[in-house]
Amino acid sequence: MTTHTAAQAPAIEVTDLRKSFEDNHVLQGIELTVPAGTVYALLGPNGAGKTTAVRILTTLISGDAGTATVLGHDVSTEPDAIRLRIGVTGQFSAIDELLTGRENLQLMADLNHLPRRQGRARAQELLERFDLVDAADRGAATYSGGMKRRLDLAMTLVSSPRLIFLDEPSTGLDPRSRRELWQIIRELINEGVTIFLTTQYLEEADELAHKVGVLDRGTLVAEGTPAELKRRVPGGRVDVTYVDPVALSTAAGAIAGATADLESLTLSVPHDGTLGALQELVGRLDSEAVASLEVHTPDLDDVFLALTGHRPQPAEERPENTTEAPMTEEVAR
Amino acid sequence: MSAVTATTAPVNSGPNAVLDSWTMLRRNLLQMVRYKSLTLMLIAQPLIFLLLFVYVFGGTMGAGLPGGDGRSDYMAFIMPAIVVMTVVSVSLSTAYTIALDMEKGIVDRFRTMAIAKSAVLTGRVLGAIVFTVLAFVVVIAVAVVLGYRSDGTVLGWLGVIGLVLLMTLALTWATVALGLSAPNAETASNTPMPLMFLPFLSSGFVPTDSMPAGLRWFAEYQPFTPMIDTLRAWMSGAGAGSDAWLAIGWCGLIGIGCFLWARSLYTKVRAH
Ligand SMILES: Nc1ncnc2c1ncn2[C@@H]1O[C@H](COP(=O)(O)OP(=O)(O)OP(=O)(O)O)[C@@H](O)[C@H]1O
Ligand SMILES: [Mg+2]
Repeated sequence: MTTHTAAQAPAIEVTDLRKSFEDNHVLQGIELTVPAGTVYALLGPNGAGKTTAVRILTTLISGDAGTATVLGHDVSTEPDAIRLRIGVTGQFSAIDELLTGRENLQLMADLNHLPRRQGRARAQELLERFDLVDAADRGAATYSGGMKRRLDLAMTLVSSPRLIFLDEPSTGLDPRSRRELWQIIRELINEGVTIFLTTQYLEEADELAHKVGVLDRGTLVAEGTPAELKRRVPGGRVDVTYVDPVALSTAAGAIAGATADLESLTLSVPHDGTLGALQELVGRLDSEAVASLEVHTPDLDDVFLALTGHRPQPAEERPENTTEAPMTEEVAR
Repeated sequence: MSAVTATTAPVNSGPNAVLDSWTMLRRNLLQMVRYKSLTLMLIAQPLIFLLLFVYVFGGTMGAGLPGGDGRSDYMAFIMPAIVVMTVVSVSLSTAYTIALDMEKGIVDRFRTMAIAKSAVLTGRVLGAIVFTVLAFVVVIAVAVVLGYRSDGTVLGWLGVIGLVLLMTLALTWATVALGLSAPNAETASNTPMPLMFLPFLSSGFVPTDSMPAGLRWFAEYQPFTPMIDTLRAWMSGAGAGSDAWLAIGWCGLIGIGCFLWARSLYTKVRAH
């Protein structure tokens, strides 16, 4: 599906993008390129600046400095050309809860100036595709979180955009709804739609993205394929819990690199994620002495710790905003 | 480059103010039908005042009118104020629904689409006009059932309808602006409330010369008084004279001022 991308211009190109809200420097010089037909995931914790980046790229707000082109059009000078061609599903539900699912889709069809018949057919097609047929003529206020999210995405697709933005598409969904959503997104990827998504979960980026950018406090601290990122993260390990301290210390002496925690009776063994290494480790365990075993794969916390040396912190708890900001500044203002 | 544009050529030819406003109007009318409790409450509000004033206060108040005599004279006297309250009542709901739109993500969705910038607001104002006309017809019909008879000419009633539309435009742009400036829908439903009380401090329910000096000064100069006096003249078959120009002037001033205010708020409000 991405065989032709080399010949095409990038779908999104951002250079040195900056944005501040008063003293809060939310984006501090972002550079990224998203080739057409690929999926880019912006990974970061609360307050990293993900939504701000999406809002600039989707022409909702303007950046303070730098340039951003979407489908060859500059966001600041040709917003309407961009709006005609993109689809956006924001972080917060953007459906009209007083209307039914079908009416919401019809509204989008009308706003996209689809001819009446074509619009009605498109609405029906999307209702079927998103498993909303049974609820189609019910008020959207009665929908579950997962259904609202699906309707939200369906509304974005009414105009058949070739580039879509998804701001934290699966936040707040249960594991099953999340998998269903991923399936839908995968279908879009197969159709060659370019996708720019943001997420707080490494797993989600791993599942969907060709390329991941890790955003920390407004700076891209790392960029690469999911595999490349995970290779840089030494967070994988196997936690083996023992039945008694004696068994634990015996095992700790026998397995190289393992660290024992006597209090929880757990032995942590570094693990590279391969099946071979796991088989070898399991082969060396004494089934009588082991109570349980847990394989721990790297998550966002591990990525952050490895790449930035600190755990992800929500913006409200940022040191710059609290301890480092001298009180006198507040008084002076 | 050409490959990208070739595959992304949209069917949509871009923003179209008329088409997009029409779509937004239909959305608002649909919401009105869905949100029945609010719709009915808005129409009931002026009717409750009508019943209250005619049947509770009407007997005494009518006797106190210069040359007046009882309930039916008082009803004829307050009908213009009831019409104004109908307009105000509907316009108040616009502040709420606009603020609700802004609070939810849907306006952000509209902003990322190639929609005429004015369509969201224009749709609301057009919706308010349709709603006001509907409420106006219901209120007049109920009044007639209760015994209201007008001496107004056809021309006079055409004038009444024209002024009602003009007042709707002015007040709705005002409440659109108030709705946009409110931090949330809750506040938006409260801030324009004083508009509902202003008709009481006008010539609407008692002649202004029966008021104490300070209040009387306010009542004589506030915009609702020339509007009510004009409606009263036309509804009773008299000429309105300079009051009509004053009423139209006020509507124009409020309407244009608030339209500009609302437009600048809409393009500015962008934080979430
Ligand atoms: N309109 C605004 N005015 C002032 N500050 C803002 C505004 N929008 C965002 N911010 C600030 O910018 C920072 C980044 O916000 P942003 O919403 O981009 O983060 P995010 O990565 O999307 O977080 P989340 O995962 O919580 O959605 C936050 O500190 C936020 O308070
Ligand atoms: Mg966000």
